[in-house]
Amino acid sequence: MVDFGYKIQADRQINLDITNKALANFVKKHENSFNTCIGCGTCTATCSTAKFTDFNFRRLQLFIRRGETANVKAEIAKCMLCGKCQLACPRGVNTRNVIMMIKKGLEAHV
Amino acid sequence: MNFAWFVLPFSLGLFLLFILVIFKISFWVRQLPLRDRLLLNRGIFSFKIFKVIKEVIMESLLHRRIFKINPVLGFMHMSFAFGWFMLILVGNMESRLYAGTELNLPYYAIFFKYFVHQPLTIPFAEGFTFIMDFFLVLVLSGLLIALSKRIYSRVVGMKRTTKLKPFDVFAMLSLWFIFPFRLLAESMAAGMYHTGGFLTQPLGNFFAGFLPLGPLSYAMWWAYSIALGVFFVSLPYSRYMHIPTEIVLIAFRHFGIRRTKEYDMFKDVEVFSCSRCGICIDKCQLNTMAQVNTIQSAYFIKSIRKKNQQEAVVQNCLVCGRCQEFCPVGIKTDDLRLSQRMIFENREIADFHYLPQDVPVKTDILYFAGCMTHLTPSIKKAMLNILNSSGISYRFMDEDGSICCGRPLMLSGNNKDALKLMQTNKDIIRSSEAHTLVTSCPICLRVFREDYNLNINVVHHTQFIESMIAEGKISLENSGAKISYHDPCELGRGLGIYDEPRNVLSQTGVLLKNSLERKSSLCCGGSIANNQNYNLNKDKISQQVVAHLSAKEPDMIATACPLCKKSLVKYADIRVADIAELVSEQMVSNKADASRAEKKFNVESVEA
Repeated sequence: MVDFGYKIQADRQINLDITNKALANFVKKHENSFNTCIGCGTCTATCSTAKFTDFNFRRLQLFIRRGETANVKAEIAKCMLCGKCQLACPRGVNTRNVIMMIKKGLEAHV
Repeated sequence: MNFAWFVLPFSLGLFLLFILVIFKISFWVRQLPLRDRLLLNRGIFSFKIFKVIKEVIMESLLHRRIFKINPVLGFMHMSFAFGWFMLILVGNMESRLYAGTELNLPYYAIFFKYFVHQPLTIPFAEGFTFIMDFFLVLVLSGLLIALSKRIYSRVVGMKRTTKLKPFDVFAMLSLWFIFPFRLLAESMAAGMYHTGGFLTQPLGNFFAGFLPLGPLSYAMWWAYSIALGVFFVSLPYSRYMHIPTEIVLIAFRHFGIRRTKEYDMFKDVEVFSCSRCGICIDKCQLNTMAQVNTIQSAYFIKSIRKKNQQEAVVQNCLVCGRCQEFCPVGIKTDDLRLSQRMIFENREIADFHYLPQDVPVKTDILYFAGCMTHLTPSIKKAMLNILNSSGISYRFMDEDGSICCGRPLMLSGNNKDALKLMQTNKDIIRSSEAHTLVTSCPICLRVFREDYNLNINVVHHTQFIESMIAEGKISLENSGAKISYHDPCELGRGLGIYDEPRNVLSQTGVLLKNSLERKSSLCCGGSIANNQNYNLNKDKISQQVVAHLSAKEPDMIATACPLCKKSLVKYADIRVADIAELVSEQMVSNKADASRAEKKFNVESVEA
């Protein structure tokens, strides 16, 4: 096929009824406070890792909730677990344990 | 030949106990790496063995450390251990002197009063009788305390004592029954044959008045022997295994057996050395302030021993080190906790290739603020102000965002990933060729000192400020404000830095005394080491710690850790400040042009 420099974008529609929410449910089950997240992004604003890369914890939690877990492992690998996000979080999410549970859930569910 | 059928339970029990303990100890020794086994062999045949014997007498028999922590509990443990040991020792001397031979079966000394009825013909016979009765009284008095402790633990000054499972109660009762049965058996023998000392003779005469002593005393000898036998057999499976194990632990310590981060044989010996005395339970703030009462070291160590560790228990701990500080056996409970976390969390997943490769800038002094200091900019600002006005040349290592020191990952149990971060920081520190590394965060300080092997001077900013004051690089003006100081766990109990912060503070204001300070200081609750029920427990603890620190109505609360400051400030009505902030404000040279310096700093940081 001739490459015209254009391509068809992958479908970005997400059917929440059929996505794989196993990881999200695993994290919610083992760290209750994950449910209280409002996605404000304070965690990302204060993040030590985000100073060096495009690591974005707010986006990551959204991906997990949507069941888009393909990139989660590569992304979560960047976290230094320093805990600044936990102190900054206005909703009291135990972000360190959320991250630990994501890592643990990845072994079982992805 | 002296023999009676009732010696069988005792003899069988003793034989089984001997086999099981030897088996367990040889297991530990065999599992040690070769280097440590050689150390052990060398240690046994060196002068170190005398130090071991001395400590065994002081700790395993006399229980000096428990006496220091709680005299009543100390007396209780001492009376059991030392009293019983002396009964065995003196009883053996007595029986061997009488029989004229060293080759007795063990039961002969234990049931001596059954086999020998007539008044003794050995030298100091009356002295022996007195000593035996005296130590029996000692043990019985300990038993009385133990009994009251189980009924109402506040008798011995404990709010809570260890909760026991049915088997623990069974083993404990078998121990408890030994001594009353011995008292009854010996008194009845004394009553029948008109022997005995100040305790057994009157009691024997009393029983002789209305009881058929012949058959009853025989039954008592049986009961005494069965209690002993049952106790011996249950010992290796119950908490009483601490009795033989503590000797091994003391030997391991003196012979320099290595400790690793993992769960190794040293830690296994520590686990079996735990007597579940319960001193750690009252010291745990999760218990006293947040009503979490299943995770304390006594229970946690038991779960390791039963190979039944629950992740929620392992992770729900502040790792503040209070229980470790007060453990009478000296078990490193924090290391034990982290070694168990590694079982659950030590997965290699992280990839830190994005971290900037450092361009080495040579400097003498490196300043590392740390993540938490970046989150509390007032501390960073104050520290930079102090460093700048003192005129020393330094380099701010993590000015453009910090690379985490690795301890938070280690505290979660993930050492493999932590090592990657540590290597990055180590390269930066090494290439700078600095001779001093100053940090503002005790968490970073601890990992730099304990795990980085930097071979340079690693100090906390309070230590650095103190040395700068001593060298005359900065001078302070005392504001006269009343200050209540909060010891951070990692700085105080973790690294033993208690005096430097106090010396600096007493130059900025009036330092108030506090009933719980230094080794017994409280944890602020904000420890990032606790990964479970974090916010719930944290707030309860922080609130009560603030109340404690404000009790003497200080003008401000000072601390030396950004994380402590963040936890305390949430509930304090008064100011909470890091020592660096107070120093920065009270610097004499700086006081005159404080406002100018501040403006200058702001401009600089904006430009940067």
